[in-house]
Amino acid sequence: MIKAILIFNNHGKPRLSKFYEHYTEDTEQQIIRETFHLVSKRDENVCNFLEGGMLIGGSDYKLIYRHYATLYFVFCVDSSESELGILDLIQVFVETLDKCFENVCELDLIFHVDKVHNILAEMVMGGMVLETNMNEIITQVDAQNKMEKSETFIFQSTRQDR
Amino acid sequence: MALKIVKGSIDRMFDKNLQDLVRGIRNHKDDEAKYISTCIDEIKQELKQDNIAVKANAVCKLTYLQMLGYDVSWAAFNIVEVMSSSKFTYKRIGYLAASQCFHESTDVIMLTTNQIRKDLSSPNQYDTGVALTGLSCFVTPDLARDLANDIMTLMSHTKPYIRKKAVLIMYKVFLKYPESLRPAFPRLKEKLEDPDPGVQSAAVNVICELARRNPKNYLSLAPLFFKLMTSSTNNWVLIKIIKLFGALTPLEPRLGKKLIEPLTNLIHSTSAMSLLYECVNTVIAVLISLSSGMPNHSASIQLCVQKLRILIEDSDQNLKYLGLLAMSKILKTHPKSVQSHKDLILQCLDDKDESIRLRALDLLYGMVSKKNLMEIVKKLMLHVDKAEGTTYRDELLTKIIDICSQSNYQYITNFEWYISILVELTRLEGTRHGHLIASQMLDVAIRVKAIRVFAVAQMATLLDNAHLLTGNMQRNGICEVLYAAAWICGEFSEHLENPMQTLEAMLRPKVATLPGHIQAVYVQNAAKLFATVLKSQEGNTDGTVTQDTSQLMIERLPVFVQSANLEVQERASCILQLVKYIQKLQQKDVEVAEEVSALFAGELNPVAPKAQKKVPVPEGLDLDTWINEPPSESESEDEQPKAIFTKEEPKHSRARHTEVDEKELARRREARKQEQANNPFYIKSSPSSQKVYQETPGVDHIPVIQIDLTVPLKVPGLPMSDQYVKLEEERRQKERAEKKKKDKKKRKEKRSGRGKKHDSGPESEEDITPAHMVDIVTEEMPETTYFNALPSDDDEKDPNDPHKALDIDLDKPLADSEKIPVRSHRAAEAAKSPVEDRDADGIATQLPKKKHGKEKREEKKKKDKDRERKKSKDEKKKKKHKSEEKDGDLLGAEVDEPVVQSEEPSQASEPPTSNSAEVSDLDFWLSNAPVPSNIQEVPKVAAAEAASAAEVISGGAQDSEPDEPKDAEMEATKPSKHKKKKQKKEKEDKEKKKKKHHHYHHHSDGVGEESVQNGTVEEEEEPLPSMSNYCLLAENSYIKMMMEDADQVYDIQGNLQDGSQVVVSVIFENKCDSFLKSMEFNVLDSLNSKLQRPEGSGPHDSLAVPFQLPPGVSNEARYVFTVQSIVMPQKLKGTLTFIVKTEESSTHEKLDFKLHFTCTSYLITTPCYSDAFAKLLESADLKSSSVRLEGVNMPFHHLLARICFHHHFSVVERIDSCASMYSRSIQGHHVCLLVKTSGQTVSIDAKCDEPMLLGNVLDEIKQTFSQC
Repeated sequence: MIKAILIFNNHGKPRLSKFYEHYTEDTEQQIIRETFHLVSKRDENVCNFLEGGMLIGGSDYKLIYRHYATLYFVFCVDSSESELGILDLIQVFVETLDKCFENVCELDLIFHVDKVHNILAEMVMGGMVLETNMNEIITQVDAQNKMEKSETFIFQSTRQDR
Repeated sequence: MALKIVKGSIDRMFDKNLQDLVRGIRNHKDDEAKYISTCIDEIKQELKQDNIAVKANAVCKLTYLQMLGYDVSWAAFNIVEVMSSSKFTYKRIGYLAASQCFHESTDVIMLTTNQIRKDLSSPNQYDTGVALTGLSCFVTPDLARDLANDIMTLMSHTKPYIRKKAVLIMYKVFLKYPESLRPAFPRLKEKLEDPDPGVQSAAVNVICELARRNPKNYLSLAPLFFKLMTSSTNNWVLIKIIKLFGALTPLEPRLGKKLIEPLTNLIHSTSAMSLLYECVNTVIAVLISLSSGMPNHSASIQLCVQKLRILIEDSDQNLKYLGLLAMSKILKTHPKSVQSHKDLILQCLDDKDESIRLRALDLLYGMVSKKNLMEIVKKLMLHVDKAEGTTYRDELLTKIIDICSQSNYQYITNFEWYISILVELTRLEGTRHGHLIASQMLDVAIRVKAIRVFAVAQMATLLDNAHLLTGNMQRNGICEVLYAAAWICGEFSEHLENPMQTLEAMLRPKVATLPGHIQAVYVQNAAKLFATVLKSQEGNTDGTVTQDTSQLMIERLPVFVQSANLEVQERASCILQLVKYIQKLQQKDVEVAEEVSALFAGELNPVAPKAQKKVPVPEGLDLDTWINEPPSESESEDEQPKAIFTKEEPKHSRARHTEVDEKELARRREARKQEQANNPFYIKSSPSSQKVYQETPGVDHIPVIQIDLTVPLKVPGLPMSDQYVKLEEERRQKERAEKKKKDKKKRKEKRSGRGKKHDSGPESEEDITPAHMVDIVTEEMPETTYFNALPSDDDEKDPNDPHKALDIDLDKPLADSEKIPVRSHRAAEAAKSPVEDRDADGIATQLPKKKHGKEKREEKKKKDKDRERKKSKDEKKKKKHKSEEKDGDLLGAEVDEPVVQSEEPSQASEPPTSNSAEVSDLDFWLSNAPVPSNIQEVPKVAAAEAASAAEVISGGAQDSEPDEPKDAEMEATKPSKHKKKKQKKEKEDKEKKKKKHHHYHHHSDGVGEESVQNGTVEEEEEPLPSMSNYCLLAENSYIKMMMEDADQVYDIQGNLQDGSQVVVSVIFENKCDSFLKSMEFNVLDSLNSKLQRPEGSGPHDSLAVPFQLPPGVSNEARYVFTVQSIVMPQKLKGTLTFIVKTEESSTHEKLDFKLHFTCTSYLITTPCYSDAFAKLLESADLKSSSVRLEGVNMPFHHLLARICFHHHFSVVERIDSCASMYSRSIQGHHVCLLVKTSGQTVSIDAKCDEPMLLGNVLDEIKQTFSQC
């Protein structure tokens, strides 16, 4: 099971947080801070796993992360997930974002966090991996976006006038 | 209205959208909070509008703010509104917001039930998808209950996109609503073979997650997963399955055997590192679960270790990390194979990556031996010096202590060295683990008597140099060691060189800066030292020394009397008055030394950690009742007495010199007394220093060994541990030389307590003798309760674990009451929401109805099928069902109302999905698979199975009651199952007295119990085509002897896998009150049958039984025999030797037995279709033979069951009083029977391609029936 998925930048600013277990907002912020603290002090060329922090997890949980340019992608998972598998999943996630946003950068995530959520929802559901095939994910995301566009066409056009 | 909408959308143009909000926040970096609060106000305004687009926009922004840590639960209702929008765009926004901030205690959730149900059944697959995704995040028990049925339906949706989501979410539903697991499981199982790989993967995912928590309930799925494993190419699925197998193998070692080969193949073939790693992991799990003695065992271990070495040597840090992680798993069971890679692991200690260093440290723990402990610790000490960053250094420190103290200091040969290491560790600055070092010092000094002299000397030095340790004591946990030092010096002060000097050191004014609990120990132990000084000066006529000492005490103690710490203050003032009194007496030349030292007389013994828990509560004492009125909340909070020897409280140091007048002191003291009297926890918080010992592991009895001390006891100053390494080397060399001289004089004192753990060490582990008189005092334990004191770890499981509720037997038949609640009136009413939609209601009420009809039809179909099956007596079914069905049959025969009675339970027993085609497929796969199939590998389970079947028969035969406990059985989880068994057994006992199936029951009863003890009943769901037969070994002539000490029951089971191998399971039961050990099993081989012995052992060597037996315990071992010819029964003579160990003595005992291989035991129950059977009979090469049994007085069902049970046949077809049966020998001979009955005469016509075998089998059948 995946307990949480966090994306934050090099300064610890959250760009996406998805918790598959309930925490209060304050605890969530603490977890993000703690995780950032744990992850950010690690060198570039060390391993991508570390034992979880105090707040999230416990002995059964691990933080698995990847660092891309200005962003950290952190998955908090328990022992039922394969460590290397999750690393691959993060890669798939990032590649999917790259395809959906066309050369994704931090700004895309900042301004379109809802879209990132929608993409993530096609990959992980309720803490369990739903789909790992990138093409399948993109197909579903595109189909939904198309639907959205057809619905909101009128509003879109008015907004674009501004 | 229309105008309003237009107005709304115009307004909206001027609202901020999410992007504007983000931009705004970025532009207001300085006053972000203020800006956001204005935004929230705006959002609140927007939410008040009717326009759903405005609301959705507002909710979208809220979702973002939620991520930044703002509580948005106040908008929960608006979120529900947005969720219920008919537009997908808004719906999605609503569900996203809900998934981010709804949780179980959000009360508006109950309003969503109908909306979600509507969305789930939406024609648009993305509406459904979005609802499922959202629901997966905030499902509550109520939602789970109300929607379970809808989600179940979606699992069979036409679109794989919906199917996979529905399958995944079922896991969440199960967690919240465990009752849904059993009804939903069959469909979930179906999805394992869904044509869409995504759905399949989701199903695997869910079942793996379920099975991880309660693996035993999912053992029966093993064959299915095995198939998936060998066929799937999706690495993600493979990884999950392989991980699942890792969880299953500990429960079923035979599964492990089967797995090794395909896993090894995968290891060799795969290029995906993730898959390789998981394979290695599971192979390790398999190897751990298998008892040793597997032929290619070491090869697999070698393969794993070798692959892991490659991972560890890889430049990828991730692989290195995982390699070390997996290595530590091997270490637990196969330390030797890991130890050979010590170089590599030590190398990892130097890695720049902390995670990797930590993993390597973990490994070191298991790699130490007596021989290399000093060397390894030396290396670690170097790292301690080098390590920057306190976390890693602290980790090193704890590891050093862990390594040294493990298994009750098993690997320490020289305690002086260890004390020096501890003293060296005190030089670490800023460590948090001062208390750990301190507790080790105390533990060693108390429990190793021989070291006390040395320890006291060291501690005195430490006290003398206390200023070095306390340089920066505010943040310095290391001063905790002074606690230990002071206590050791005081308690064992008779060993002190110069007690005066130490006393002086303990009373320095600087001591008052130490934390309170340490000061208290200082004061108390100063008094002890004082007593020692007085005693040592006893005979001395010159009284100046004693006078000086008293004077010193009187001068220095007042500082402590003024301490802010109550404990210090109290002790100091007591002792001060005491010393003043003593001084008075001294001035009168009165001898006081004797009395003073009597204050501290008596020795303290260590107490076992669990001892307190085991002291029985005296009768009439209720610890939960209040002694006095409970104190008011506020009072008890602020002045709770602090637990001794816990975290230091730095604040005390500053308050040390506050002048407190006597009145105030008295007042405080009074207040404190009051406080203590009122505080029910007071006793708890002052368990004195005993808490310290809790860190030490359990203790074995360790006999004392007398050895010459070769290390000089007096080491001046702070010793360097290094010199001990050198000394140790020399000592060992000397010892070796000595040893050579008197080689013949074998050491009799092989230290029994530790012997078994030892063999892990390298070559001459035993030769290294400790340098000290290692007198490790055993911890004390209250005697009366000693025995139940030991295994009390069952409280480990968290009672609140949600997965506990999912521990449900999935193979038990479904009861009617177990249906997932279809939407009822009540639910609809409860979920009356403002956004409720009529349409939704209409659809929703329609749907379940339809469903219901369908279900009914399905049920009916099943009923029909069942009837058919019953008629044909077809046995190619899952084992469980077979036995259950038989239950019905026999029962029916007895009561003379067969069909109706037996129909009921077995109809219920049919899990909806297991249609017969699938099951026989499974059987087919099992029996014909070229790989070792697990039918043959689970004889024990088969036996348990058969036994329980028999039990059921006897229970049912008496009266037709199995219907009665049915309901309970359906709902019940394990405990009630046990209860049921008990009931049955009682019934059975009753029956035994009354009925004549004596022999039969005798067997099954015994075996059944055996199996229960071995904990294998849970596995009875394993699909097995075979039954087996346990009976007493060497029944007649040795039964007396067996009664005395050992009882053997054996079961012979043919093994198809290897043409001529027979596996014999022997259950050893210890019937006496003593411990049985060193059991050795031997059989005199005949020309035809041979016991398989491990490679390299001679043909007459005996095999060690791989376990010992405490009183009353039974265990099972299996032996493989190779048989040349199977046409004749065989008898093999054998002996079992063992040692009976009582408290005083141990005696060698021997038990002879005869293993009887009947021809029946070479037969394997093999299912056969009637058409194949007919063909077989037609073929000419079968020889026929027949036999008549007279006077068989039992119903025909019973007769058939007995043939199946005892002779491994299966019924092919049965028509009235005539049945055809089939079996196959391990060498492939077909045996066909036609059994007819008329009156009391039974005639059996038989055909077989081996007449000799046939004759013998028929004789045996005859034998069986003549016995009853």
